[in-house]
Amino acid sequence: MNKKHAAGGSVFHLTKRSSISRKKAWAIRFAAILLSLLVCAVFIFMITKQNPLQVYAGIIDGAVGTNRRLWVTIRETMTLLIIAVGLTPAFRMRFWNIGAEGQILMGGMMTAFMMINFGNTIPSGLLLVLILIVSVAAGMIWGLFPAVFKAYFNTNETLFTLMLNYVAIQIIDFCIVYWENPKGSNSVGIINAGTRAGWMPQVFGSDYGLNVIIVILVTILMSLYMRYSKQGYELAVVGESQNTARYAGISVPRVMIRTMMISGGICGLAGAIIVSGASHTISTATAGGRGFTAIIVAWMSKFNPIAMLAVSVFLVFMQQGSIQIASQFGLNENASDIITGILLFFLIGCEFFINYRIERKKESGEG
Amino acid sequence: MKKRILSLVLAASMATMMLAGCGGSGAAEAPAADETTEETAEEAGEEAAEEAGEASGLTAETVKVGVIYVGDENEGYTESHMKGIAAMKAELGLSDDQVIEKTNIGEDEACHDAAADLAEQGCNIIFANSFGHETYMMQAASEYPDVQFCHATGYQAASSGLPNMHNYFTSIYEARYVSGVVAGMKLAEMVAAGDVTEDAAKIGYVGAYPYAEVVSGFTSFFLGVRSICPYATMEVKYTNSWADMSMEAQVAKELIADNCVLISQHADTTGAPSACEELGVPCVGYNVSMIEVAPNAALTSPTNNWAPYYIYAVQSVIDGTPMDADWCKGLADGSVEITELNENTIAEGTAEKVAEVEAAIKDGSLHVFDTSTFTVEGASLEDKIAEGGDYAAYADFVSDGYFHESEATSAPAFDIIIDGITAVAE
Repeated sequence: MNKKHAAGGSVFHLTKRSSISRKKAWAIRFAAILLSLLVCAVFIFMITKQNPLQVYAGIIDGAVGTNRRLWVTIRETMTLLIIAVGLTPAFRMRFWNIGAEGQILMGGMMTAFMMINFGNTIPSGLLLVLILIVSVAAGMIWGLFPAVFKAYFNTNETLFTLMLNYVAIQIIDFCIVYWENPKGSNSVGIINAGTRAGWMPQVFGSDYGLNVIIVILVTILMSLYMRYSKQGYELAVVGESQNTARYAGISVPRVMIRTMMISGGICGLAGAIIVSGASHTISTATAGGRGFTAIIVAWMSKFNPIAMLAVSVFLVFMQQGSIQIASQFGLNENASDIITGILLFFLIGCEFFINYRIERKKESGEG
Repeated sequence: MKKRILSLVLAASMATMMLAGCGGSGAAEAPAADETTEETAEEAGEEAAEEAGEASGLTAETVKVGVIYVGDENEGYTESHMKGIAAMKAELGLSDDQVIEKTNIGEDEACHDAAADLAEQGCNIIFANSFGHETYMMQAASEYPDVQFCHATGYQAASSGLPNMHNYFTSIYEARYVSGVVAGMKLAEMVAAGDVTEDAAKIGYVGAYPYAEVVSGFTSFFLGVRSICPYATMEVKYTNSWADMSMEAQVAKELIADNCVLISQHADTTGAPSACEELGVPCVGYNVSMIEVAPNAALTSPTNNWAPYYIYAVQSVIDGTPMDADWCKGLADGSVEITELNENTIAEGTAEKVAEVEAAIKDGSLHVFDTSTFTVEGASLEDKIAEGGDYAAYADFVSDGYFHESEATSAPAFDIIIDGITAVAE
């Protein structure tokens, strides 16, 4: 960590670290967070002339300041986490599924469909089970298309999944024409506001308790699946090298299709959690860009579930806090986006110093 | 083999447990859930009641106001609400920490989160300004019965059965009619100068969504034009968005390419006026004066002034007097107006004509939706209603020779496409 000397102008070079102690790695990360908070503080003061500590306090207050805010933060965290969990197997297989938005929307659409059409006829508990099944199925189908085409025709999955997002948005737009109230307003409003049919029930005295249970359960199962199951191993092999996989007798198309169905299915489930467990409405903004944010979550965490939880908490924390600082200090939400950006820059940037060591040229020569 | 079984078990349990597991609890928890909701609602109610009790004499020093905006100061519609709130603050002498404003709140659970949060922060009255916020405001209103919830542009307050839920709007159709008169004067001038023939005097209208709020708006504008130029026709195209600058510019250009000689809009950005400035076509804006973006094209803009409502509503809460479930005021109360006339572009005599029309609307001698001034499918609206069918639903609105817009409910109700207007909803 002799950055100061390096900046002094002498010739320096980078060496890849062969290993780094866990303690040191975390020390670097911690230093990065402190540094980023410092830079943010300077930024806040320069641009807004507000006391940075007060702004930080505002962010914390906005995210966890009251029981309700805490639950909202938990709800949003869980939503982001389950999408990241859904993306994990696909990305581990090096299948660039950037179609989570579409998979979420399709799951959400089927949820809304069930709530609107069967809210009065099917008993609440059964309806909820059906909602979860059809939303997973819808997400699976949306994940299946790009997987089949990639497996058999070697199409580019990045473009394919991205384009399917737009298809999903158009389908939602189409459905809204039938569901909107009043006609032409482009707004569906709360579905089954009176009967709460198809809404996730309260657990732990909170509207969002069930969201937590489902997401944590799926996260644990996924983590076990990835770590201990044969299928989890197979998809990792396919991700490392398809030739190796073939040589080992793994059917690449099969693994690809199976994995994308799981990935899409979980994203579809996320759609059900959003619609049935939180918003109780459907619009083209239901996914709200979270399908893309979750990619950052998954990658930054290197697919470690605990890290994914931490990153999700962090991002949602900042986002919820931003609502508070916007109303408290008149700071536009963009201010918190900048703060989040600076923090992310330092966090991702510090990985560089974990992997590499900077040394002065004259000191070099070691292995 | 072991691993295979494990993976099978895992895959199976992933599917079943997460479905069956929560499904089971779903059934079991459903009745319990209702109880807890009631409890929380009661608790919240008690808290709010206590507060109200303490301050049964709420004063301008103690009242707390919450506001939920769909956008922020960069968006014309929200900006006009913010100005209204600021005027209310100044008028009633409220300090900064008595007004909590939340910007960029979407039309989903974020609105309920924000409303409940404001109620918990001790707000006595909470406003929300976007159409899609309504059901979330109603949800919050049922949870916090001692807080007043006021929703702009909505239509469900009176029928919701919630005494603390209110809708408010302005009679913007009156200002649109006046702006239509300004446009009509311009059109007549163009015809007199021989720039266009009477047959080709077609106006283009950039609308947001094909429902009552927009239809009522463009009809009143068109009737204003017609009062000057009975030969005018109008073509409406929708952007399916409230604020999409490039889309609005594009639709304006399409309309101009389709031989429209004057453009008006019901959408929130400056997209259409800038397109008109580029192509040299006169236009009528919305919300804000467009003279700055289109100095050689803009005529005027109809605009809302929300301050009278915000002053009325907050004053009612301070005084403890009941508030209207539906509030809608127009020109006579200063709730709507047209922005400054652009001397560069308007026809001669416009200012005098505007003053005359405004006076007539204010004293009630002129009704915007006068049924003798338009026909529907070739017949008068009264005849269509008498015929029955779909039009019978309008029977309650029409009496004394005009359509009573925004009287029963504050939100616009006129959603009939009258003769002379072509509007294609996609």
